[in-house]
Amino acid sequence: MSNIATPATATGSVHHGAGHNYLNHAKSLKSWLLTLDHKRIGLMYLVTVSLAFLAGGILALLVRAELIAPGQTIMDAQTYNQIFSLHGIIMVFAFIIPSIPAVMGNFALPMHLGAKDVAFPRLNLASYYIYVLGIAIALAAMLVGNVDTGWTFYTPYSKSVGDSVLLLTFGVFVAGFSSILTGLNFIVTVHKMRAPGLTWNRLPLFVWSIYATSIVQVLATPVIGITMLLLFLERLMGIGIFDPALGGDPVLFQHFFWFYSHPAVYIMILPAFGVISELMATFSRRPVMGYKFVALSSVAIAFLGFLVWGHHMFVSGQSAVSSIIFSLLTYLIGIPTGIKVINWVGTMYKGSVWLRTPMLYALAFLFLFSIGGFTGIMLGVLAVDVHLHDTYFVVAHFHYVMMGGTVIAALGGLHYWWPKMTGKMYNETLGRIGVGLIFVGFNLTFFTQFILGSQGMPRRYYDYLPEFASLHALSTYGSWILAAGLFLVAAYLIASLFRGEKAPANPWGAATLEWTNATSPPDPHNFVRTPIVTRGPYDYHLARELFGNGAGDGDGAAPVPEVRDTTHQSS
Amino acid sequence: MGENGTLWLPEPASTLAPELDGLFYFVYYASLLIFVGVVGAMAYFTFVYRRRRPDELPKPVKDNKVVEMASVVLPTILVLVVFTWGFKTYVKLYTAPPDAYQIQVRARQWSWEFEYPNGSRSFGELHVPVDRPVRLVMNSQDVLHSFFVPAFRVKMDVLPNRYTSVWFQATKQGEFDLFCTEYCGTAHSGMIGKVVAHSEADFQKWLQESQVGDLSPVERGELLYTQQTCNACHSVDGSAGVGPTFQGLFGRERPLEGGGTVLADEDYIRESIVNPAAKVAQGFNPVMPASYASLPAEDIDALVAYIKSLGN
Amino acid sequence: MASTTATAHADTHREAHHPPHLQHHFVSSEQQFDAAKMGMWLFLITEILLFSGMFVAYTVYRVWHPEVFVRSAELLDWRLGGLNTLVLLASSFTVALGIHYIQNGDRKGLVVNLILTLLFAATFMVVKYFEYTGKFAHGIFPGEHFHPHEGYEQYNIPYAPQFFSIYFVMTGIHGFHVLVGMGIFVWITLRALKGHFSSEYYTPVELSGLYWHLVDIIWIFLFPLLYLI
Repeated sequence: MSNIATPATATGSVHHGAGHNYLNHAKSLKSWLLTLDHKRIGLMYLVTVSLAFLAGGILALLVRAELIAPGQTIMDAQTYNQIFSLHGIIMVFAFIIPSIPAVMGNFALPMHLGAKDVAFPRLNLASYYIYVLGIAIALAAMLVGNVDTGWTFYTPYSKSVGDSVLLLTFGVFVAGFSSILTGLNFIVTVHKMRAPGLTWNRLPLFVWSIYATSIVQVLATPVIGITMLLLFLERLMGIGIFDPALGGDPVLFQHFFWFYSHPAVYIMILPAFGVISELMATFSRRPVMGYKFVALSSVAIAFLGFLVWGHHMFVSGQSAVSSIIFSLLTYLIGIPTGIKVINWVGTMYKGSVWLRTPMLYALAFLFLFSIGGFTGIMLGVLAVDVHLHDTYFVVAHFHYVMMGGTVIAALGGLHYWWPKMTGKMYNETLGRIGVGLIFVGFNLTFFTQFILGSQGMPRRYYDYLPEFASLHALSTYGSWILAAGLFLVAAYLIASLFRGEKAPANPWGAATLEWTNATSPPDPHNFVRTPIVTRGPYDYHLARELFGNGAGDGDGAAPVPEVRDTTHQSS
Repeated sequence: MGENGTLWLPEPASTLAPELDGLFYFVYYASLLIFVGVVGAMAYFTFVYRRRRPDELPKPVKDNKVVEMASVVLPTILVLVVFTWGFKTYVKLYTAPPDAYQIQVRARQWSWEFEYPNGSRSFGELHVPVDRPVRLVMNSQDVLHSFFVPAFRVKMDVLPNRYTSVWFQATKQGEFDLFCTEYCGTAHSGMIGKVVAHSEADFQKWLQESQVGDLSPVERGELLYTQQTCNACHSVDGSAGVGPTFQGLFGRERPLEGGGTVLADEDYIRESIVNPAAKVAQGFNPVMPASYASLPAEDIDALVAYIKSLGN
Repeated sequence: MASTTATAHADTHREAHHPPHLQHHFVSSEQQFDAAKMGMWLFLITEILLFSGMFVAYTVYRVWHPEVFVRSAELLDWRLGGLNTLVLLASSFTVALGIHYIQNGDRKGLVVNLILTLLFAATFMVVKYFEYTGKFAHGIFPGEHFHPHEGYEQYNIPYAPQFFSIYFVMTGIHGFHVLVGMGIFVWITLRALKGHFSSEYYTPVELSGLYWHLVDIIWIFLFPLLYLI
């Protein structure tokens, strides 16, 4: 990445060459591994998280390959159970939870705030290494032992199987600290590091959503920490809190687990809401409809998310009264989420809709996430959930939310910020083909699973009855199309690093600070001068008055907004 | 996809299934309607307001208060209707009629055991009369399991430290799938059984005939071999599965994992059933659950006799 | 948002008043201090939540088996627990006193009080050590190793292992926090001896003080719940 040349702005810095930016101001390996720069840390997360996604994705393909036909096809039951467990654990703890907040949050949040860095840069770097350490411990556990508990570690099964569960829970415990510290860092950054004039109601919606996410991370993660610690001690010395053989209660474990893991769903999805808000605004060139509602509902969802964990346990043996209360609360949280979708669609109304790759991802998100949301409502209906619980319907539902929602939004965000991160444009045609393949492949893989589930196919099954065979086969074919799309995306993005065109400072005509006030890629200190903010995040009219023609063009051919770094003063 | 099922739901075969299906389809069609609206609007806006010139700058639009209010109020009313309906059906699903016929269910890795009021037992197959409420009182011998019969639309977790219960009233005679839906280890997907719904007369007849007492130990062992799903891991035709085959097992010197050998006599076979991890055959993992130790002594004897009969 | 990129005086870090402790990405010492303090408060919230998981486990098992908890608590010596409560309260006082001294620029007062705090913390751990070993000698271990003997046989009742699991886990994690706190205070004392702190800059002292107060407060909940009721 070191050969990234000048930003497309005509005006360069006085003291440095025109190409001085955060990627090339220091090039040694050490300058990367020990960097305190939030942008570099964001890129390091991007690489690590992508590797985790690759690993989890290959495991998913293996799972689907095994399920292409009933009976044993490529592996035995024991191996299959380990592989689906590893798929879940890697995807949840190593990929989705850190994905958008740690990659795009780190890269974009301080710039959205007009700050030079997050509040605690050293802590930020430490968070990265704690994450790597936690994942390394977990991976070691998975490689040495037979972990086949699923990602939920339900007791007493997790007590009865291989000792590597001990190491694995410890790894998850360690990785949790990374999540806590990142959230803490972002909350303080949002509170204390805003540029002059950047009031709360001028914050971009991405900042709002990362802020809400951070609250959940700080409040919920300690609970999974203590749960994992208790499970660890349960295995180490049989403390008998969760193990019924020693007088403990397995349902208590489920309460503990879901008290974290349901809010964790919001750790996974709220950042996606933020990305989508940015994309809808930028590519419709209109402020997001109902800005205040979208902003505050993120925070409201963050808090309500703590009150609905019991809806995972309608058939677990918890009392009927709790189930009824949890069902009602689940709807409370469903409504603001639904209204957000309407707000995003409304943002396009009388806008100027530009169907570039990031926007295509945003539209795919609206389509897929809506399905995820509606099926969520279905699962929240007490009686219907009794039938659908722990079937492929649930598997399809959370893949529509997690993958159709979060991963699609993450891909949209990656395509959106890619020129800013790397200073390079990717091939737009390939980008559109990628979206198409992913969209078709995803639906083929997972829509079939809704039908499988409501027909009664239970989840986590190595083998199945013949009546489910045709849909399973279709789902497996879908997974290949999906994989082809994802590999295509990886290929052209990597190719763009070497052969991509130079990115202009603001290829999309966006109005947030990282586009209007910084070069692509940005200066090591983000902005040459601290921005002074005088308008809302999506005020394209004022932006144009201030910056001239804000019309974006991904090819860098049309006029680009001026970036005023002519009087670079830092030395 | 079942003969009388729909695209989404299998054939309903219990009194509560039609009510639940009605609720399912109500939510389904309401969702579909809104979904088509949202995606339709999305597609329409994408086309009508597509960007025509790069420097196009749309005029500000005032947020429409009516649309905003409607988008809050309508979904709220809808979900309250759905909640109330779901709540009522849920209460019915878990309130068994007092005169229900009670069957005791024991789940263990990886088999189902059903015990009927007259003392007869069945494994893997639950026999019930139609048109009569049946209540299952369930308990697990080891880890969590879950009892799920899609055709009856019932599901309940089976826990090791307490009894849970579920009830249904079958409306059709025939065989229906029974699944374990709480992940319980290696052969989780082998923990599939059947529910056989008989007419009242056939059911009484079955109850009388199902007493396994007068079978020979080998015959009884053979029955248990499938009922206890030993066949999920152990073949009788010489092929290796998750565990060693039973064919030609008895009377041989067996190499053990970690060195040493053992003579496969009655004691060794019995020990391997009640304490599988004690001596693990070479080339296999110690994944067999210890829960078979809770089988009645005569069942273990019968299994030993059966395996012995396969010895040569 | 955005902005005229005009003026902004404070951002080029070489120019203005720039004390050595001020990191480049902050505009002022106040901003840095506020950020650090807020970060610490958030961290303390996560600590409270970590313990709250255990308080939930305590509550659940107490509600299920109240008589076992009352009976088992007899085995804990409230005099030793009470002594430890006093010791921790005193240490919180000396920390507060230390912060008071450094606010007024008195480094010697700070160091003296930090050393006193360390002594109190060590006393706490010594008492804890005797409490633990006294239990172990009678076979009072957490969970499945719970096997009371030598006069404690009458406490071998169902769910007593749960009480002692909860007791050992909660006080163990609390004790671990005390040890971490001692490490921090050693480090702060060394820095204070090197003259790193002044009435202008004492953020690390104040933050470690906040942490210590939390450790103290958690004990104030643990003591009555485990020893007294």
